[in-house]
Amino acid sequence: MNTIKQIIAVTLLNLRNLPQRIGSSTVAVVGVGAVVLVFAAVLSMATGLERTMLSAGSDDTAVIMRSGSTSELNSGLSNDQTLIIANAPGVLRDGDNPIISAELYVVTDVKKRSSQTDANVPFRGVQAGAFAVRKNVSISDGRMFEPGKNEIVVGRAAQSEFVGLDVGETIRFGQTEWTIVGTFDAGGSVSESELWTDVRVLQAAYRRGNSFQSVRVRLESPESIEVLRQTLEDDPRIDPDVLTEREYYSTQSEGLVKFIKLIGYPLTILMAIGAIFGALNSMYSSVSVRGKEIATLRALGFGPTAIMVSTVVESVFLALAGGILGGLLAFLVFNGFQVSTLNGPSFSQVVFDFAVTPELLIQGMQAALIIGVVGGFFPAIRAARLPVALALREL
Amino acid sequence: MKYFGLVWKNVWRKKIRTSLTLLSVFVAFLLFALLSAIGYAFKGGEDVADAERLIVIDKVSLINPLPQAYRNRIASTPGVHSVAHASWFGGFYQEPRNQFGQFPTNPYEYFSMYPELKMPQEQLDAWAKNRQGAVVGREIADQFNIKVGDRIPIQATIWTKSDGSRTWEFDIEGIFETDDPRGSTAFMLFQHDYFEEARAFAKGTVGWYVLRVEPGADPVEVSNAIDLQFANSPNETETSTEAAFAQSFAKQFGNIALIVTLILGAVFFTLLLVSGNTMSQSVRERISELAVLKTLGFSDRSVLGVVLSESILIMLMGGLLGLGVGWVLVQGAAQAMGAFLPGIYLSPQSILIAIAVMIGAGIVAGVFPALKAMRLSIIDALARA
Amino acid sequence: MSEVLATLSGVSKTYQKGKEKVEVLHNLDLEIAGGDFIAVMGPSGSGKTTLLNLLGGLDTPTAGTVRVGDSELSSMSNSQLSRWRSTNIGFIFQFYNLLPVLTAQKNVELPLLLTDFSGAERAKRAAIALDIVGLADRAKHYPRELSGGQEQRVAIARAIVSDPTLLLCDEPTGDLDRETADEILKLLQILNREHGKTIIMVTHDAQAAEYANHTLHCDKGTLEAREAT
Repeated sequence: MNTIKQIIAVTLLNLRNLPQRIGSSTVAVVGVGAVVLVFAAVLSMATGLERTMLSAGSDDTAVIMRSGSTSELNSGLSNDQTLIIANAPGVLRDGDNPIISAELYVVTDVKKRSSQTDANVPFRGVQAGAFAVRKNVSISDGRMFEPGKNEIVVGRAAQSEFVGLDVGETIRFGQTEWTIVGTFDAGGSVSESELWTDVRVLQAAYRRGNSFQSVRVRLESPESIEVLRQTLEDDPRIDPDVLTEREYYSTQSEGLVKFIKLIGYPLTILMAIGAIFGALNSMYSSVSVRGKEIATLRALGFGPTAIMVSTVVESVFLALAGGILGGLLAFLVFNGFQVSTLNGPSFSQVVFDFAVTPELLIQGMQAALIIGVVGGFFPAIRAARLPVALALREL
Repeated sequence: MKYFGLVWKNVWRKKIRTSLTLLSVFVAFLLFALLSAIGYAFKGGEDVADAERLIVIDKVSLINPLPQAYRNRIASTPGVHSVAHASWFGGFYQEPRNQFGQFPTNPYEYFSMYPELKMPQEQLDAWAKNRQGAVVGREIADQFNIKVGDRIPIQATIWTKSDGSRTWEFDIEGIFETDDPRGSTAFMLFQHDYFEEARAFAKGTVGWYVLRVEPGADPVEVSNAIDLQFANSPNETETSTEAAFAQSFAKQFGNIALIVTLILGAVFFTLLLVSGNTMSQSVRERISELAVLKTLGFSDRSVLGVVLSESILIMLMGGLLGLGVGWVLVQGAAQAMGAFLPGIYLSPQSILIAIAVMIGAGIVAGVFPALKAMRLSIIDALARA
Repeated sequence: MSEVLATLSGVSKTYQKGKEKVEVLHNLDLEIAGGDFIAVMGPSGSGKTTLLNLLGGLDTPTAGTVRVGDSELSSMSNSQLSRWRSTNIGFIFQFYNLLPVLTAQKNVELPLLLTDFSGAERAKRAAIALDIVGLADRAKHYPRELSGGQEQRVAIARAIVSDPTLLLCDEPTGDLDRETADEILKLLQILNREHGKTIIMVTHDAQAAEYANHTLHCDKGTLEAREAT
């Protein structure tokens, strides 16, 4: 029989009597399953966070802040400066009017539903152009706030994550009462973690005079950001950082995403190493249990290659089974699960979903494959080297 | 114990199998050590918070500053022993990713308020005399290689100077340490007077107040008394104990403790399967040997004990090694990344829990094989051989 | 011969094999004198191993009593039997049953772990036992480094180290070649004649049975004495 046929025959035989080694096989499967489960669960936080933050970012919108600000919170722009921006080239106009929203936000305390403790929630003051400068934002329930009134619209995610933000409720921040008149949907992006009101009302309530923190404008085209940036940077009256909204959100989420990955990948590697030990253990035991069978096959004339390959295949098969199990469990349990956490740069909560994506699952299966190959390799060598006569004598 | 020799030899019966099991145990407890330490960092210093220190912040938002004028009114509130203040500067050193806490404050007041911070008196005096002086914690000094006598620039992200620039320069007059291994020294302190003089806006305000209550005074009463004073004013206050403050902050990150527990749960579930399998294989292989022990007169219970001891011994060996290496790594991480994740620490409670888990896991992994060994019928076992 | 060491009275033993009941021993009476060397022969399934197990307290009769020395075995609990066994009985098996993870010396010391002897005392007694069986120079060897005959001798040393009154041997030469078997049997004779050990040996080898003082034949659950020639 040529080698390929031998390999197939022995491998099939091996897999067919796998149930005899159910104990150690289960250990290998569960070990790999746990690795893929934890990997997918932890990294889906990073993926979900990235997705939430980046889906807000568009290349058609520019965000302008004072230069050197690491986030809107640290920035400051005067009313005059916002007018300079409004009149700059590159800004899309609706007739004569630039599509622009000069904004300000403060951090307020609202109770989280999950922990029933206070958390920092962003409360943003916006201008009339707020919906137009962002993509995909619309009122999904109730109505938009009326300018000049203490009325708030809340993002869909914020509403479900925090207490007391339903349409019709009133909420008190400091000495001012606000009424929630509507809910807005922003396609799952980070804007949904916020509360919005008229910027002039916010300025008055928080005694910010006539100052703003950021300006968002709709660009004529993604390329027009260059001319906008050049014009503003050359203007001595203003010292700006001009970023596309996508760039801005990517810097905002960078820290937390990196942190999660910094914990997640090493954690997975450590667990995978543990799983490799578990797989090695299982495979060595499998080889020793199959000792007589292997010896008999050898005596019948099957070559060492077939024996080796069949062992590795068994290991890979178990590992992939574990990987599929772990990935499936991660998807079923975690995908779409909503959480919120404190984002450093904005110093406020960002609400996002765990996102168990196909890419993550593929990465998980790759890890499972590696564990399977490594876990089967050394035992495979031992299986091939088993002294035939000795093993047969035990019959 | 005289049976130890037998237990030890039995453990090493199949060297490769035992080694691989030990390595799995090692990895599991290494993870335990690292995740516990990280989880501890997310507690926000709750454990080192002083029960007699209170923090006063703006009720509406932590980021709103409080008037400097509040100071005297707070100090004269009954039950208040001493007052200090600080503010959030929020700058970075050299590169935007090198962000750590810089707090403008009053030198002598701050060090009296935080006696756990240790610095030579001459350094404190030198700092107090130098308006542009600053002191850094040991973790910052080590991480960025900053020495006394250096002049370092800090880039402000919020606070522009009245001359328009955002580069603030400081002379390093001292390095402070803390003797509590749980406490963080990943921050810098400089003079509030310089901050007040040079900043472009928000003059006359501070970020928050810290106060110490008189010994014997009730912190809750004092908190309420302070907040009452400023109720219905433009800047209402919220006073809480340092521990409560740290805790509420930590909670904002989400239930980190739960996440850590779930991950460790998955890890240890797998570990129990691995060890349980090893133990049951080990017993299955030596049924006749265990039967022989019984024929020699070893009681059923002693055979149970021998098998359980083997299981526990494997857990202890691998586990203590994993904890040990984990501890070393945490020490290293605290030094290298102190600014990034302050308060990373492997607490004694975590260590005790780990050891209890080792013994518990050893019992759980070994109990069924051990019972099997205890109950085996000598005659059946020997007849099989 | 001295006085009676062990007595079986009206002993029957029945096993449940699936749905059938198999009676292995039927209403057996036997007296064993102290210092005797008895061979028990018979076909497989005739109950000779069961006889050994009853004498050693490894099994209890379905009917009748077993008395060894001052102890009435059928009325003793499991833990009592364990303790009794450690000082009164030495077992020798066909396949030696040494612990592969221990050296010869440590294997011999094993029964002494159940006593209060100190480590040094245990080592001393084990050394003496190994000396008696002629293997003092192999004390530090592992079973896998010994020949079949040597392993059996270590097993014998283990069986005598706690100075028991009764030695029970189940086919002790079953796995050995002629020459080695003779050495082992001669050793058993020495233990019987010079050291006064009472030995019951189950065997299917007629030549081995000749080393004993007399032979009993076990057939269909009953015993018949046939004198050795």
